[in-house]
Amino acid sequence: MSIQAPERLSFIGRDIERVDARLKVTGRATYAYEYPAEHVAYAYGIGAAVARGRITGIDSSAAQGVEGVIAVLDHTGAPRLGETNNRELLVFQSDRVSYRGQLIAAVIAESFETARDASQLVSVSYEQDEHDVVLTEDHPASFRPEHVAYRVPEVSVGDVETALAQAEITVDQAYATAAAHHMALEPHASLAIWEEDQLTVFESSQYAYEARDVIAKLFALGPEQVRVINGYVGGGFGSKGSPRPQMVIAAMASRVVGRPVKMALTRQQMFPVSGYRGPTVQRVRLGANRDGELTAFEHRAAAQTSRLHDFAEPCTTGTRTMYAAANRFDTHRLTRLDVPTPSFCRGPGEAPGFFAVESALDELAIASGVDPVELRIRNDTTRDPSTGHEYSTRNLVACLEEGARIYGWSRRRNQEAEGWRTGHGVASSMYPTYQMPSRAAIVAYPDGTFAVRLAAVDIGTGSRTALLQIAAEQLQVPLARVNVEIGDTSLPYAVGAFASLGTASWGHAVHLAGREMRQLLEGTDTIPPEGLRVEVDTAEEIQARPAKANAAFGAQFAQVSVRRHTGEVRVDRLVGVFAAGRIVNPRTTRSQLIGGMTWGISMALLEETALDPNLGEYVTSDLASFHFASCADIPRIEASWIEEDDADINPVGVKGVGEIGIVGTAAAIANAVFDATGVRVRSLPVRLDDLLGD
Amino acid sequence: MRPFEYFRPSSLADAAQLGAVSGAKYIAGGTNLVDLMKLGVEQPDRVVDLRDVLEQEIQELEDGSIRIGAGVRNTDLASHPLIRRQYPAMSRAIVAGASGQIRNVATTGGNLLQRTRCVYFQDVSRPCNKRAPGTGCPALESGGLSRGLAIFRTSEECIATHPSDLAVALVAFDAELALWRDGQERRLPLEQLYTSQESAPGRETILEPGEIITAVHLPAPVDGRRSHYVKVRDRASFAFSLVSVAAAVELDGDTVRGVRIALGGVASRPWRARSAEQAIQGAPATSANFSRAIRDELTTAVPTADNRFKLALAHNLVVSTLEELI
Repeated sequence: MSIQAPERLSFIGRDIERVDARLKVTGRATYAYEYPAEHVAYAYGIGAAVARGRITGIDSSAAQGVEGVIAVLDHTGAPRLGETNNRELLVFQSDRVSYRGQLIAAVIAESFETARDASQLVSVSYEQDEHDVVLTEDHPASFRPEHVAYRVPEVSVGDVETALAQAEITVDQAYATAAAHHMALEPHASLAIWEEDQLTVFESSQYAYEARDVIAKLFALGPEQVRVINGYVGGGFGSKGSPRPQMVIAAMASRVVGRPVKMALTRQQMFPVSGYRGPTVQRVRLGANRDGELTAFEHRAAAQTSRLHDFAEPCTTGTRTMYAAANRFDTHRLTRLDVPTPSFCRGPGEAPGFFAVESALDELAIASGVDPVELRIRNDTTRDPSTGHEYSTRNLVACLEEGARIYGWSRRRNQEAEGWRTGHGVASSMYPTYQMPSRAAIVAYPDGTFAVRLAAVDIGTGSRTALLQIAAEQLQVPLARVNVEIGDTSLPYAVGAFASLGTASWGHAVHLAGREMRQLLEGTDTIPPEGLRVEVDTAEEIQARPAKANAAFGAQFAQVSVRRHTGEVRVDRLVGVFAAGRIVNPRTTRSQLIGGMTWGISMALLEETALDPNLGEYVTSDLASFHFASCADIPRIEASWIEEDDADINPVGVKGVGEIGIVGTAAAIANAVFDATGVRVRSLPVRLDDLLGD
Repeated sequence: MRPFEYFRPSSLADAAQLGAVSGAKYIAGGTNLVDLMKLGVEQPDRVVDLRDVLEQEIQELEDGSIRIGAGVRNTDLASHPLIRRQYPAMSRAIVAGASGQIRNVATTGGNLLQRTRCVYFQDVSRPCNKRAPGTGCPALESGGLSRGLAIFRTSEECIATHPSDLAVALVAFDAELALWRDGQERRLPLEQLYTSQESAPGRETILEPGEIITAVHLPAPVDGRRSHYVKVRDRASFAFSLVSVAAAVELDGDTVRGVRIALGGVASRPWRARSAEQAIQGAPATSANFSRAIRDELTTAVPTADNRFKLALAHNLVVSTLEELI
């Protein structure tokens, strides 16, 4: 018998169908609201009808009289809640109204329909105060926040004013982006079940452990008394990163009525209650020499938050790292208004920030006569100019060059046919590479199968499948012998799915656990019936990483057509090339990138939740009036990538692809619209109103 | 949703009787009514389902006119060979009007009775003179959202637009309604279905309680007539019109023998541009003539700051559509 070296099994980088694809398309994947619960009741929230003021009376007697109504909760009788750093979650604790649509009461009934019907019979009176809901560039109440999404709000290097004064070419423009809502397909939903002092919540959450800890504090419980299950989540995009009021209301109502309680926000309620990308007003000043080399870079951003919680859209934290310029300044202003609290939203900060800076770069290209691709290449850097740290890998130039090649950038033409004029635009993309500590356990069973356990979550990205691939690769066993169990705080701690750090953080832990298990099995003859278990924590390895700058980069190229007599804009083609470390699964990666780019088209041309300043409310609060791209708006999107080998970031080499697809898209499209029409639209969305002459 | 009584009568007479009481609503496809009931905008005590009593056929009558049963589904109407061949603007209007799923259940009669999608009307917590008379119109306030709303004013209290695309095409073709009441059928030009709503924007049609649209009559096709429907909206699909135009032209050499122009997205009802038609009729078919005629028509418009762009859009759209038809 000849002895052959066993062939190494390889799963990372393979195009593998999602392990839960069939469950999802056949409706068998169970989402929070769908879990069965005996004797369940339903809660329906009531929103405030004023933007600022005080509740002077709530008369729920008519609602209480409706057959099937169990209780009505409001601030006059609701149980007191404990501590939280997010006052959005202190539901029914005060008579103050901080924004229109804020949930101020809830009807609990035998059915959703009964609760909703009865909610219309609850009559609320208010003492209304004058509200202030309009963000301006220099609002008198604005201030510089202490941090923006955990980063410094301001960086100053050199002397921008002098450099601008001496620059051969300058650009000085204001840009604005619109408020827009995430609108995940699955609305925010919770099912709360108390058993004595144990609380279980089935929750549409991007981060089960965070939800557990927040809810435990609010109800004065120990973390071990709360279990959060988020087995399947129908999209989050940042809006489910931390708990939303419906989770607190479901838990509160369940405790009050002594039955399991389900609560889902309606699509309309999601607008005030579920977070959103706030509007921004930005200013970019660039100074350059005749060759387009930047000497001065300035980016200022103004954003809004609510009176309940500070969230500052971090518009300049990404742009400050993009291009070399000896003199630089960026800063943020935040204004507290009588509006709902904004939140992380896909590409938070980068998406609106890159619209401003990548539009300004295009204006510089026009002013200097340097090709916009070449202009970006000339201003590339090997170090993060805001910190001086060297990049572990940075392939912006490779993405620009490869994208230009695929697109045929050098052969581009402006054409006019049947009233439609074409134009072409380019923009850079970037998203930082983050990683946070996570744990993972693997159990080996005597039958040769393995269970991989951690409280990761698959919000639709394909993380279940990616983790399976990473585990099987380390264990060197076929995929079918590995079960990935995620979405439950009874599993080892894992960070949430946000900031494109899920696969990197969880993959790291699964990789380590797999390696440890393989080593353990090498010295083991028989596996006991209960199995062999290892559990790892990545905290130490993350701590020991070199102090380098880590980020994924990309370049996007857009062709648009603009109809001369109507101003309608259609995106004909969108090409994106990205460098995001090692790609674990090309199929789900492509979906992530295409998804981001599709959203970028919406951001460029459609998305605006319109504010009525008199009512103090975002009034386009349904999907008939808040527009994003329909299938008919989306052309063939070509997303591809340049493989990178970056051992500095994590042992799997993953950078993350969730957000980068939306970064830069809007600028590429607005730049293409300028190329087609000569009209520079600096306020998103670009609409036919902007392009229609008299 | 408020509890309500549900009836499914099997004769028009029963349907008329059941629907004649106050608080009753007829339902056909239900694609609009059910949404509004969930939102609390419509709160009928009684819902009378017309599915078993409405005509379901499209018939070519002896005089060449076409009778379309009010119960004919939008999908069936849009794809009917007679309609596609002789009234292509209608087919296009229906397809532009809704998704396939909606068209499969929405009916011809129901389509004409849709209610506005104005964001103030759709939410019971907001003021709205149409839904709750006397509460005000936020769209008319400075800063209010009026971008999608009317530029031709039919009321000082409301600038909501009529949402139907099909109605715009039908008005261009001089369609008539067959209305059934008290055992009698009467005919009414579709244009006259919609009230002028000067004092009561909540009352959108002249239909009396218990009155039922049983059919739509299309006048016989005209030889040599070409028609088109063009809809401009913020995205390529799934949106109500900013401005739409249904137009039909018959030429006599280089002269316009007949022309019909109806605009959608500009008023509380389909807007037949009669003064423009008069100016174009009998005149040489030139872009300059089309432009002058529609510009004159638009002088009576009263746009808001938010929807002033509709003037240029309507002008350009009418001119380009007529250019395509000559």
